[in-house]
Amino acid sequence: MTTQQNDIQMLAAKAAYDARWQRIMDCVNLKQPDRMPVSMFATFWLAKYGGITNRQLMYDYAKVEEIGERAVLEFEPDSHSPLVLQCALGRSLETIGFKQLQWPGHGVSDTQPYQYLDREYMKADEYDDFLFDPTGFYLSKYLPRVAGAFEGLDELPYLPGLHYLRLLSGIIPFINPRIRESMEKVIKAAEEVKRLNDHQVEFIARMKMLGFPTAFGTTSIAPYDLIADYFRGATGMMKDLYRNKDKLLQLLDKAVVFILRQTLAAAKQWNHPIVFIPIHWAPDAFMSQKQFETFWWPTFRKLMIGLIDGGLIPMPLWEADCTKRLEVIRDIPAGKCIYWFERTDMVRAFEVLGDVVALRGNISPSLLTTGKPEEVDAAVRHLAENVFHKGGKLILDAAFGLPDETPVENVRAMFAAARKYAS
Amino acid sequence: MAEMTDQEKQLVEWLADMNEDDAFALAKKMLLEEGANPLRVLELCRNAMDIVGKRFEKGEYFLPELVLAGEMLENIGAIAKPLIKQAPGEEPRKLAKVLIGTVHGDLHDIGKNIVTFMLDINGFEVKDIGIDVPVKTFVDEISQFQPDVVGLSGFLTLAFDSMKETVEAIQDAGLRDKLKIMIGGGQVDETVRNYTGADAFGTNAMDAVSLCKNWMGVAA
Repeated sequence: MTTQQNDIQMLAAKAAYDARWQRIMDCVNLKQPDRMPVSMFATFWLAKYGGITNRQLMYDYAKVEEIGERAVLEFEPDSHSPLVLQCALGRSLETIGFKQLQWPGHGVSDTQPYQYLDREYMKADEYDDFLFDPTGFYLSKYLPRVAGAFEGLDELPYLPGLHYLRLLSGIIPFINPRIRESMEKVIKAAEEVKRLNDHQVEFIARMKMLGFPTAFGTTSIAPYDLIADYFRGATGMMKDLYRNKDKLLQLLDKAVVFILRQTLAAAKQWNHPIVFIPIHWAPDAFMSQKQFETFWWPTFRKLMIGLIDGGLIPMPLWEADCTKRLEVIRDIPAGKCIYWFERTDMVRAFEVLGDVVALRGNISPSLLTTGKPEEVDAAVRHLAENVFHKGGKLILDAAFGLPDETPVENVRAMFAAARKYAS
Repeated sequence: MAEMTDQEKQLVEWLADMNEDDAFALAKKMLLEEGANPLRVLELCRNAMDIVGKRFEKGEYFLPELVLAGEMLENIGAIAKPLIKQAPGEEPRKLAKVLIGTVHGDLHDIGKNIVTFMLDINGFEVKDIGIDVPVKTFVDEISQFQPDVVGLSGFLTLAFDSMKETVEAIQDAGLRDKLKIMIGGGQVDETVRNYTGADAFGTNAMDAVSLCKNWMGVAA
């Protein structure tokens, strides 16, 4: 290729990149885009697409990049999820001794996806410890419970109270071989995670050069979901709504502050305004409206406002059916968020939220995995006609990204229909 | 059940209203200090759980209440059961047998556990065979337990194929005609029911109870 041809190709790719990004941002800003954007969010589906096992996908950086690039070039999405970070986690998980997931080769077979282990990682009587000193609780209790590399840190000295000459005697425990070994393991794990991140950075740069923006930079979490999923466990948390109500509310308030700080820093690192927030505990069936408005929504709203004030665009993925929550979650500044819905009827979501947020989703996983291409085509057409063409700022996607088992022809049907019915 | 005393009514009310501390203290006092018949106390608990189930059905209660109700029942049961001296024949007859498990490849159990609890308090004899259950285990367990209904649970999309394989294996073992199969989990819908060959699907614990009651000809 001549230099001139190369320049032309680069200019064309930049123009394509800008047009795709503009489409997404038009949706966010509640302006009509030139056509309905369609996004690609994939994890283990890439293994199926690339003809490799889930285990290979989790361990082979180069393979993920190669398959990810092939998928992006075939489907030409307006945005793609951070494919490398979402898939090639095996080495990082292994080095840190991660205990909250089972993944291929570690508890599940080579062809299964990773699965989360719902457990009590914090006991009901530990609220006071966590509330008094979140960092201390993380270092000496939480991190050793969730990742083997941190196990020696449960012998760290209690740092508050070390001052003046007490600082000297107070640091003696740092020569403890368990603590030293733990620190070495954490550093080794950090080096592996850095390699993973570097691969993601390279992938993002390469996709950008080819004309394709990333859908989001970092992720975040609702305070309630953080405590329910990663600390108390599902049933522990549900009991806490009665047994530890006041302490739970205090902890949720505290969690907003550290989640926000952490997310703002991560978004800056990835230099991307959109923050993906998978939502687990908001669905209609999980708690009463009163519980939702007491325990779930207030701190999540605070978090979203904090992200918006920080110049970011929250993109919560409202899992399951959240129809009854729509009026409540409408209470957010207009033109600042993308609400991604899984099972909530998108037409209904558009009616309630169309003038406030961009929408994303939601071709059903059962249809994508077991249906025929013409059925997928009809489902996309339904959303194009009843949401996008009626003024809804819809970014088309599967309900929670592409289900792992989706036949490739159904993915082709989804992307083709998005262009056919909403150009 | 026999007419309730004021104290018994109080216990049922506290249990049904999620007043855990008062309910537990009262049940303990009745059982350990006043020599109440443990079977009677358990009957009162079931009565309260009936109210909990109805409130769940009406959309007044949700998962937190079911979980707490289960816990209250378990805690009172732990005191009451060792005190039972009568022959086991006094246990009320169960409506039907239900075998339930999470299909192979899937490790999720929260939904399955809640369905198990709701079926149990609604009078079904439930055998829970756990998570990631191989097809063959389902078939073997069905042969032994001879359930009227089989519940296949699964949260991940990989469960669609596991459910289909399990239904086919039940068919191949000649057991399909003797039972009903229901599937449940976050992603199931009519499309999945049709794909797997199950008789019905449900997206919450009350669906499971209603399906089983309808199949057994019991008023829901």
